[in-house]
This record gives sequence, structure tokens and C-alpha cells, in this order.
Amino acid sequence: MSKEIIISVQNLMKKFGQFVANDDLSFEVYKGEIFGFLGANGAGKTTAIKILCGLSTPTSGKISVAGFDAYTQTNKIKHNIGYMSQKFSLYEDLTITENFRFYGGIYGLNKKQIQDKTKQLLERLKLEDAKDKIISSIPLGWKQKLAFSIAIMHDPKIVFLDEPTGGVDPITRRQFWELIYETAHQGITVFVTTHYMDEAEYCDRVSIMVDGKIIALNSPKNLKNEYQAKSMDEVFLKLTRN
Amino acid sequence: MNELSVIINEVSRHYNKVIALDKISVSIKKGEIFGFIGPDGAGKTSLFRILTTLLFPHTGYITIEGLDVVKDFKKIRNIIGYMPGSFSLYQDLSVEENLNFFASIFNTTPEQNYHLIKDIYQQIEPFKNRPAGKLSGGMKQKLALSCALIHKPEVLFLDEPTTGVDAVSRKEFWEMLKNLQNFGISIIVSTPYMDEASLCDRVALMEDGRIMEIESPQNIQAKYPYLIAAIRSNNMYDIISDLQEIPKATSAFRFGDNIHLSYKKGELHKDEIVNFLENKGHKNISFDMVEADIEDCFMELMNKN
Repeated sequence: MSKEIIISVQNLMKKFGQFVANDDLSFEVYKGEIFGFLGANGAGKTTAIKILCGLSTPTSGKISVAGFDAYTQTNKIKHNIGYMSQKFSLYEDLTITENFRFYGGIYGLNKKQIQDKTKQLLERLKLEDAKDKIISSIPLGWKQKLAFSIAIMHDPKIVFLDEPTGGVDPITRRQFWELIYETAHQGITVFVTTHYMDEAEYCDRVSIMVDGKIIALNSPKNLKNEYQAKSMDEVFLKLTRN
Repeated sequence: MNELSVIINEVSRHYNKVIALDKISVSIKKGEIFGFIGPDGAGKTSLFRILTTLLFPHTGYITIEGLDVVKDFKKIRNIIGYMPGSFSLYQDLSVEENLNFFASIFNTTPEQNYHLIKDIYQQIEPFKNRPAGKLSGGMKQKLALSCALIHKPEVLFLDEPTTGVDAVSRKEFWEMLKNLQNFGISIIVSTPYMDEASLCDRVALMEDGRIMEIESPQNIQAKYPYLIAAIRSNNMYDIISDLQEIPKATSAFRFGDNIHLSYKKGELHKDEIVNFLENKGHKNISFDMVEADIEDCFMELMNKN
């Protein structure tokens, strides 16, 4: 893995009135890395992700995503990132191909690029035969893999995954992670949040947020050594409980 | 603890052509914490809606404390507590108003059964004047649980109470359930998180509208038919596809920072596997035999079906 910095966050503050949602966050994410962004509910993860995606303006701090400034170049950021969450993914009443065409258009790909990408990604998922199926008729596991493929169809530099695997069966969850590994291997940086602590172990590095602050950032192995824990679950409990 | 609280017999339910529940049969004992565990789409919510008299079964029958879910639905509603998957309290009523409202519906008062909710409610009491819609996720969950308990139900139904909840809050929630068990309430809970199985007395593993197994979590793990080796090397990216090439292995899946390789006893040996990986260029290989995890079991059952 290279040490080329793809996300740089220095002293990020985000306040809503008196409430400090992000309190002086500083971290870097490297190109091609799988970066786990963990924290309890309400710790401030979503606020930070919105800023990194160019959807919300920070109160102060110096933030650059894919080389662009989080205050002045939010549109450029949006063109260079992909985003997938468990909740918003695909248009249920469009077919698989139509969803690719729709998102490809939004990302500004031309007709030829859309066709090529659709073909390539469907081959990778082995879903060529299902391309004309309506999204609402396919299993949840397929939907998640498709949503992920669509999030990277414009070859973004970074893909943000916000709890991508909630509610899926354990086999599909693991197949999904193999897709994540492949993507990171191709040089796309993966920025992921999850409530499954075993998935935290799959990340190259993880940060753990509590009450708006990052209180730990390291590789899972180093965190386990540092906190004398057998698993990331234990590390998380030690750090976030009280 | 052998008296039965809930009997589910051959229950099916479909939506047009989609079969949500396919002849489900389960008996749940009084005072038991029973978990329905399975991914989204397994049929958990349909089953909970039938159990709580909100949906008819198409075939089969269910009794709760001896009452029939179709014929005696009104009586059942007085003796059960239900916490649905989505937050269903009044967002613009305060914490206290919600509690009073639910108590009055059941002709009781919060004081009457306060001992049941005391431990839970005390944690949100400082915010009792706050509108429920303005609570954090964890606090909403505690209020919803308090409201579901206010009439001292005999059976408590919790549909995915921990979905989307962080690991710490999940642990705290399960501790609350264990405490409730001391009051003799039967607790029936559904979850997509496999690791929560070990917190139940017994579980039903569900997939595609069917039950694959009903057992105590310990017995499910003990019944796992293969050996499992937890393996690591310096190249955790390629190791999984490499291990999948071993023909005698049954499966290879990522588990935390290991790969679980399963195989029939006697079919493979440590040296063979380590040599195989070394020939593929892996270094610093670690190899430990481990017990099956509930996810190992679930995946094995999924493959079998």
C-alpha cells in the first residue's frame, strides 16, 4: 500500500449551535486503503462523512478529499467519490441495466462508457442473465452488490460505504467484503462504517470515535496489542464504555 | 420452565406469489429468551406481526398463553408487549407523556408496575420532558421498551431491537433483557446479528421463510459436522482464493482476522494445509483449531439447503 494521501483532515470542527458534533478531528487516509470509521451511535460519524462527501460545510479546519478542498470544491469532490449506504441504494422499479444507465448518466459517463461499465461489472458479479430484472424482484444480497458496483462505476478515487452490510446473511456479507478487497486492490480507497466488529478486523486501519473525538487510530493488530484485547470487539468495548 | 408460552404450528403466510413463511413450527417455553435469527427477508417480521395479532396466518395456528391469535386477538393484546422494528412512539409527546399514554391504554399507571421498568426508565428519566422524537437512538429504544412493559405483559415481542445499534448499546440492551427474565416474562426477540444467538436460551435459525434449526446455541455449535482451522498468513488478500482451491476443504470464509477453513475429520491435516500455502508463497502461517462459531453453523445450514 502506498503512502499517497487521499483524504487529509486537520483540526476539523463541526458545530450545530452550541453542540460540537466533530471536535478537532485530524487524520489521513491513504490511497488504496480500507479505512474503518467506527464509533457508537451519535459519536459524530455521519456528520464527518457528510463533510468528506462535500454535502456539509465544516465549521473550521483544513480538509482535502481526493485533492479537493471541502469548502470551495465540493462539486469536484462529488465527481471523484462514490457513496453507498444501506438505506439509499437503487431504484426499486427500474431494472438492473436501467439503474446502471441512470447513475452512469448522473456521473457524466457517455453512452459507450455506460455500456462498457455495465457489461464489465455485471460479468464480475455473474449477473449477466439477470440484467433485465426489476430491482424489487431480486434478493437483498444482489442489491447490495449492485449498489456497490454502481457506486464505483465512474472509477472514483474513494468510495464511502455507510453500514453497507446491515441485515444480510453471513455468506453474502463475506462475498461483499471480497468485493471490497478487490476494489481496494485496484487502488480505490474504501472508507467504511460498520457495526459488525469482525468487519473492523478486515480494515487496514480503523479509527474509533467517541463523543465527537477520534480516540484511537491504528491497524486492528496494533489496537489489539495496545489495549491487550483478543478482538476488535473488546477494543471497542474498552474504549467506548464510559 | 417446561410449561409452554407460545405454540406455533405449521404457520404459512404469502404475499401474492412470494412465500414469506413456509410451514413454521416452534414451541416456546415460559420465561425463556427465544431468538429468531436470520437475515433480512427471512420472514422474521411477518412472523412477529402474526404473533402480535396484526396479520393473519394463511395456514396453521398459533396460541399465546393458550389463546388463539385469530379468535382471541383482543385478549392476547392485553397480555403481550410488542416493540416493532421501527420506532413507533409519539414523537411529539414527551418521554413521560408517552409512558402515561401507553399505561392508560392498558388501564394501568406507570407507578403500578414501576418495578419492572425501573432500571431501564431511570436511565432516561432525566430527559422525561423531552419530546420522544428528539431522543438519541439508544434512549428511544429504552423508552420503547419501557412502554412495551408498562402493563406487565406475560410475553414480550421485540422485532429487531438492536438493528443499526452500535456494539456497546447492543450489549447493554441484552443485559436489560436478561434482567427482565428474572420477572418471569417470556421474551421473544428477532435479530440479524448472529453473535446475539449466544445470549438466547434457544434460537431458531431462519432463512427464506423456513426454520433451519431450533436448538440452544451451545447445541447448535456442538452439532457442527466439520473441523475448523483458523488460519492466517502474511498475505491475507490471496489466502482465501488459495484455500478455496483445496478440493477436500468444505469451505473457506473470512472470520475477523482469520480464515476459517472447514473440512471433514481425517480428510486433511495441518501439515498438508501449511505446505500447500507455503507452495503458494505464503509466509508466517499461523494455524489453530477452533470451535464452530454460530455463523459457521448458519452458513453450513444455508449451504445444506
